[in-house]
Amino acid sequence: MLESLFFLIVAAVAVISSILVITCKNPINSALSLVMTFFCLATFYVMLDAPFMAAIQVIVYAGAIMVLIVFVIMLLNIRTETGRKTTHAILAGSIIGLFVLFQTCYFLTKGTLTGTKGAMDTALVEKVGHVELIGKALYTDFLLPFEITSLLLLVAIIGAVILSKRKI
Amino acid sequence: MLALNNYLIISAILFSIGTIGVLVRRNAIVIFMCVEMMLNAVNLTFIAFSKYLGNIDGQIFVFFVMTVAAAEAAVGLALMIAFFKNRESIDVEDINVMKW
Repeated sequence: MLESLFFLIVAAVAVISSILVITCKNPINSALSLVMTFFCLATFYVMLDAPFMAAIQVIVYAGAIMVLIVFVIMLLNIRTETGRKTTHAILAGSIIGLFVLFQTCYFLTKGTLTGTKGAMDTALVEKVGHVELIGKALYTDFLLPFEITSLLLLVAIIGAVILSKRKI
Repeated sequence: MLALNNYLIISAILFSIGTIGVLVRRNAIVIFMCVEMMLNAVNLTFIAFSKYLGNIDGQIFVFFVMTVAAAEAAVGLALMIAFFKNRESIDVEDINVMKW
């Protein structure tokens, strides 16, 4: 009972702040609302027995990526969006978005859950520790994707450096 | 324990709001933030399924999605800065050189 009440409060905050992201005129306000949404999602991760993912969510998303975005907004000195009302674009976008929502909810009500059952449950997470479980899976079953990830980050670093050169 | 559908529905709502934002807004940085929000909605789905199936693989995928999002943030923001240097604007309607 208490859990569902807490869930409803956090869900309401998440939805309201995500609506603020797309309605605020000033990009800085959108960015701050997005940080609020990320914190709500971190709360959901804790409720789903994934404390390490919640920590990563706060550190990487709310900490690193959002700071980068806010930094770029301030660097470019973007002002509030002005002029040119685009009512037809808002209407079309809302219709497509509502269609996506309807479709996903349809699949949720009609679909059945299939997949490989694993051994992880609340007791195991409390006994072994979430970080250890993640680490074991990451360095045994998912070792090759993990190494490819490092290559991806290298490419991203090179790309960012080349794109921010003076003449492009 | 809450039912799985609660988390899936909140994730669907966040994903749809992100879609609307991508389609409606014209500021490239706000569009970028909406894409991040859609990625996060999918992450919530992954973790919810991981919990209810008792399988840790979904959380490993969330880990990789976060890595890709970080790389995307670095390259995407560098692209926006390069575009701003050339056009003095961040509006997507000004990105029209290759428009037919």
